Amino acid sequence: MKAYVGTPTSRVDGRAKVTGAAKYAGEFPADGLLHGFVVESTIPRGRIARLDASDALQVKGVVDVLTHAHRPPLADNDDAWKDEVAPEKGSPFRPLYDDRIRFNGQPIALVVADDWETAKFAATRVRVEYDREAFATDLESEHGKAGKVDRPHKPRGDAAAALAGAAVRHQADYVLPTEHHNPMELYATTVVRDGSGRLTVHDKTQGVQNVHKYLCGVFNKRPDDLRVVSPYVGGAFGSGLRPQYQVVLAVLAALELKRSVRVVLTRQQMYGLGYRPMTIERVALGAKPDGTLDAVTHEATAVTSRYEDFSRNDTGWAEQLYKSPNSLFSHKLVDLDVSTPCDMRAPGAASGVCALECAMDELAVALKLDPIELRLKCYSDRDQSEDLPYTSKQLRECYARGAEAFGWSRRNPAPRSMRNGKELVGWGMATGVWEALQMPVAVRIVLTSNGHAEVSCAASDIGTGTYTIVAQVAADALGLPIENIDVKLADSTLPQAPVEGGSWMAASAAHAVLGAAEDIRQELARLAKAIPASPLGGVDAPDVILVDGAIAKAGDKARAVSIADAMRHGKLERIEKQKLNHFAEDRSHARNTHSAVFAEVKVDEELGVIRVTRVVSAVAAGRILNTKTGRSQIMGGVVWGIGMALHEETVMDHRFGRIMNANIAEYHIPVNADVHDIDVIFVDEPDDRINQLGVKGIGEIGIVGVPAAIANAVYHATGKRIRRFPITLDKLLD
Amino acid sequence: MADAANQIPDRIPINLVVNGVRHTLDLVPWTTLLDALRDHLELTGTKKGCDHGQCGACTVLIDGRRVNSCLTLAVMKDGAEITTIEGLAKDLTLHPLQQAFIDHDAFQCGYCTPGQICSAAGLLAEGRARDADEIRELMSGNLCRCGAYPNIVAAIQQAMGRP
Amino acid sequence: MNNFQYSRATDVADAIRLLAADPGAKLIAGGTNLIDLMKENVERPSRLIDISRLPLRDIEETADGGLRIGALVPNSDLAYHPLVEQRYPLLAAAILAGASAQLRNMASVGGNLMQRTRCAYFYDTATPCNKREPGSGCSAIDGLNRNHAILGTSASCIATNPSDMSVALVALGALVHIAGPSGQRTIALTDFHRLPEDKPHVDTNLGTGEIIAAVELPKHGFARNYSYLKIRDRLSYAFALVSVAAALELDGNAISEARLALGGVAHKPWRSLEAEAALRGRAATSDHFSRAADLLLHGATARAHNRFKIELARRAIARTLIQAASATPQSQAHKKIA
Repeated sequence: MKAYVGTPTSRVDGRAKVTGAAKYAGEFPADGLLHGFVVESTIPRGRIARLDASDALQVKGVVDVLTHAHRPPLADNDDAWKDEVAPEKGSPFRPLYDDRIRFNGQPIALVVADDWETAKFAATRVRVEYDREAFATDLESEHGKAGKVDRPHKPRGDAAAALAGAAVRHQADYVLPTEHHNPMELYATTVVRDGSGRLTVHDKTQGVQNVHKYLCGVFNKRPDDLRVVSPYVGGAFGSGLRPQYQVVLAVLAALELKRSVRVVLTRQQMYGLGYRPMTIERVALGAKPDGTLDAVTHEATAVTSRYEDFSRNDTGWAEQLYKSPNSLFSHKLVDLDVSTPCDMRAPGAASGVCALECAMDELAVALKLDPIELRLKCYSDRDQSEDLPYTSKQLRECYARGAEAFGWSRRNPAPRSMRNGKELVGWGMATGVWEALQMPVAVRIVLTSNGHAEVSCAASDIGTGTYTIVAQVAADALGLPIENIDVKLADSTLPQAPVEGGSWMAASAAHAVLGAAEDIRQELARLAKAIPASPLGGVDAPDVILVDGAIAKAGDKARAVSIADAMRHGKLERIEKQKLNHFAEDRSHARNTHSAVFAEVKVDEELGVIRVTRVVSAVAAGRILNTKTGRSQIMGGVVWGIGMALHEETVMDHRFGRIMNANIAEYHIPVNADVHDIDVIFVDEPDDRINQLGVKGIGEIGIVGVPAAIANAVYHATGKRIRRFPITLDKLLD
Repeated sequence: MADAANQIPDRIPINLVVNGVRHTLDLVPWTTLLDALRDHLELTGTKKGCDHGQCGACTVLIDGRRVNSCLTLAVMKDGAEITTIEGLAKDLTLHPLQQAFIDHDAFQCGYCTPGQICSAAGLLAEGRARDADEIRELMSGNLCRCGAYPNIVAAIQQAMGRP
Repeated sequence: MNNFQYSRATDVADAIRLLAADPGAKLIAGGTNLIDLMKENVERPSRLIDISRLPLRDIEETADGGLRIGALVPNSDLAYHPLVEQRYPLLAAAILAGASAQLRNMASVGGNLMQRTRCAYFYDTATPCNKREPGSGCSAIDGLNRNHAILGTSASCIATNPSDMSVALVALGALVHIAGPSGQRTIALTDFHRLPEDKPHVDTNLGTGEIIAAVELPKHGFARNYSYLKIRDRLSYAFALVSVAAALELDGNAISEARLALGGVAHKPWRSLEAEAALRGRAATSDHFSRAADLLLHGATARAHNRFKIELARRAIARTLIQAASATPQSQAHKKIA
């Protein structure tokens, strides 16, 4: 029997997704279902002076209009509103809590009606008057007010002095705009209320237990009063880590009206949720003429809301990548009248490493060094911030394999030196880095005597492939065909899991499966050996394996007992085991994933039109559980990187404090025509220290480095260094 | 009696043949075909991703042609034959595009997938795409935020029987 | 959407009658733009008159060798019609440069001519916009205007017309056949769309109660030397920053006839007879192309964020003329710019 782990196994949820059978949060039916439509603020700051719902209530089919002045009770303390990934500092946003307007697009009323169209129509009949207040939404004009240093990495040496004395210096500001996740699925919640008043909350979220705990706090409910489920999530990319306001509104309405309620946000309203904050990244590098670094400084100034401090590690990545005796990092925040930013695919790294890797490219030009050579000159085998070695780090191999696949040796280093007719050809590269985190996850396995197993866990699959890798690991560990494994996820009543994010779920869930399967194996071994004249008599438990639906002696599969026989003799119909994963406490090593990204762009010399014709991403991320879905993950990250480099920018008119491209026609994400050849290489990276399987997780690493590789390729093509993203063609026309 | 400005328009009876099944519906004219399918016929395989013709997730076939159901008023399609993702598989056999999407891992979250597949079915029927670039261009009305585009192109090529 | 009534017109006369009976009524065919705007509460018609089943779907040759295109022909049917592909490939290219395959299957020729601007302020009912709400002011003039007009603007409006199809039709000298309460009339497409002046809420010269019946193309289709080049922020499914329709008749290297129109730069497809005249009788050289570009862009003015459009348009015009002259039209699928 072949192993599933490490193979290109097709998604186990594939059939449901290609037939339309997979149901997402806004698609669950309920008797007497009501539909809520959100009315949102059209100013960024002030107070609601008057909210008149009388016209809306006249509309036939409208059941109620909930507002801050007309709603059931909500918790009055921040602790209740803080979900498991809320920023430490600040007061989380409370929808329909009071008359204060904190950002444009804030929900201020929920119109509830018999059907969605009626609610949407009636929402236009709600009249609102505001007491407006002065506001600020522009990071660049408010830059001087940056404050609140948010625990960056600690400094080493004297970076300022080392920079001043460096033979070669490069310093520049890189500006990364606000970006929105724009998952394809609209944010939605369907609350189904049963006869006893118990609520089943179908929510679009990356963490059902996070939402469950939050709702219990916000509505002062006992855990058994409600259940949160989310079997399919139509993309989230970080936007669903924190509970979003539509879940509060839907539960609010269900409680007030004692009915089942669905609330679906519009695409435009989703621009009032979280986002990747605009950040100004200042990077300074000082080097010796041979390319070794004397100093690295990285200062980031980013947007946050006035009510919460959100920040991520933008600045510390050089500590992982590039050896330098001196370093200094700072992270500042500017409070603006906007909603709180949130995690978005590779938060911190996508922007911070973009700036760092563009700066490294500029330094390589200044030093007249090949960009890979520069990176190898300062290659760090240790995480300098903690002075730790890595559990594994095959980044050198990434550079080598990626360069070879890309044909890097044929690159003429001079800008504007490569062309193809009217197009300038540019080849650029960059490094990617992310964390390899592991979190507590529990899994329950129920094995039935017919050789089928149900594997369940509260973790979500947001498109990342969790269903599939859990099934693969379970099939291998239980010695069953994958068709016999039934995976149940994303139900708050299932064994514990944190939010699905940070690339930690694959390793975390896989090892929980292994743990539970090991308990099953021990139980089966005991049962098999207890059979009279058992073929496994005298075999030590550790030598018993599960293979081909049987319990067998390792190395001698002829000595075997079928699962059915063992359980029949043991008079068991089912064996149920639940296990929390366990990772050895090990603070002696750093854990990271790495990549080397190579990009080819072709730029029309006169018109500035940029085409990304090839990307090679060589990734070192430990053992890849599924090479098919894994490749897709990296490919998706590359597409995100293309968007970040060339397309994506949330544009705000600061006179109104309003986002003016709150849609997906004018907020450009890559379309099919923007994406060409993407070559994903998984570099072999054995790692027996990080965990039993040597798994690291790959949800974020795919995007990191891609924007910089493309920006560096654009420079190589055109000789123009664009430091304000996205690189739109107008920036190349001068 | 509500003010005229707050009145709901009169419902209009229509017939739709969806996946070969005839349905009679009484709809307010502002109901889009997308909402009729999802909310009135409980055919939620057709997805709402933007509701403004910007993403293609709502793509269905009307009389064999791919369209955005979110920008189509159901009352205007009285009598039309609609094919949705739920109507592509015959009995238990997947449509070749559905199988190709699984084979090539042409989706991740799956939310754009029904629209991608219906759009690709329309593309095949049109017969205008001869190479990968033409597939890319003619599939550019279907956004995929997971970034599965290269796999989508490969899946369509498989279904076309071309390399 | 607002609470509109719905009527289905039985014939063109019925549609005209229904329009006359309700000043707040609007015609609907493909609906791709109108439904979008109704969902944004930008358009709030009291009644929708469904004309999608009227017999205006034919493409017929005219007596003088041109083509008469019914107003309800879907954009994709027009682009893929054998006579259009053979005789008017410029039109086919422009249509295929716009929107998506799905939208082109829905959108009608008449609706394409009637589509409204994509100005973000026009779409956002929370901001002032003279086009949406006359007299409220133009937010774009001192606001985010990277996508806005550089030609034919007024102090009231700097919005652009987003159509690709119209740009080719204008270059080809198309006529619009209009039916109305007082009978039929025909106008040149160049006279169909308006400049904003002090009435930006009025996009076209279509009169009250009138309906587009057909678009007519003259015989001359420029099937050999043409190109449609659309420059945008991603490689497909985006509105033009600048687009150029160029069509030439060449006698050896001498230009005997020239047509040139721009999209994405003005409140209407922008054509300049002076620019075309400057090409006529000249050699197809880059000097003459540059001169034509200068004439076409004569009077262009920029706002804070759209200055690049002037230079982009200048270069795009020259490039499109080179493509046309060399009979290497821009492919809409293969994105390398010829």
